[in-house]
Amino acid sequence: MDTEQTTSFPGRFDSLAAIGEYVTRAAEAAGLDARSVEGVELAVDEACSNIIEHAYGGEGRGHIEVTCRIDGDGLTVVLRDYGQPFDPDRVPEPDLQAPLEERDAGGLGLHFMRQLMDQVRFEFTAGAGNVLTMVKRREVSS
Amino acid sequence: MEVTTERLKRCDVVKATGRIDSQTAPQLQDAFRRIIDDGRFRIVFDMGGIEFVSSACLRVMIDAQKTCKRWNRGELVLASVPQRIHQALDLAGFVPLFNFFDDPVKAVGSF
Repeated sequence: MDTEQTTSFPGRFDSLAAIGEYVTRAAEAAGLDARSVEGVELAVDEACSNIIEHAYGGEGRGHIEVTCRIDGDGLTVVLRDYGQPFDPDRVPEPDLQAPLEERDAGGLGLHFMRQLMDQVRFEFTAGAGNVLTMVKRREVSS
Repeated sequence: MEVTTERLKRCDVVKATGRIDSQTAPQLQDAFRRIIDDGRFRIVFDMGGIEFVSSACLRVMIDAQKTCKRWNRGELVLASVPQRIHQALDLAGFVPLFNFFDDPVKAVGSF
């Protein structure tokens, strides 16, 4: 039973809790296990935080369209914004072995998204906004 | 999200509940900053009531740890870390950077 729903949220940090609830419900409806549901919530939070901070350059400058699509494989979340595009390949992977003094939180959001989701795809279209597609597949029990 | 700070003799205990994300992480940062500005660098972070963290929280934690550990003057230790939060810390490679305690009493006792 395939379903798809889109909701638009203000590009503000106080939208994050509502966005989290929205994708959590979709992830549960998609039949994902509890840990995967938590992973989806975190990955989407990181992505939306990045959209507000980097694509829009701050709060209150645009909205985020969140689409949740459930199909036979699992859950697809699509985030669309109309801010500045960026090059994900230019974000360095965090150094997970560095000593404390050299550690920071830079690049952690993208790192979480890539670790927690099965697929992360960025598309930057001129005029139709930035589209981030993330997929989490249902675990098939053997 | 609620943050409270308890000042004890040897350390301060910061307890947070709820979500710590880009919206609420500044409140946590303020709590740590106030302690550090008072010249105190031994902090127990009681995470027992936390339901969700994003990298915004981790950023605040790593900044506080760096400051507290400078010149060996103190550290930020973690107490009652829920499994979900531990998983996020692990994914970020942060587990080796902190001392973990099962409860805040043990954490306070370590100072």
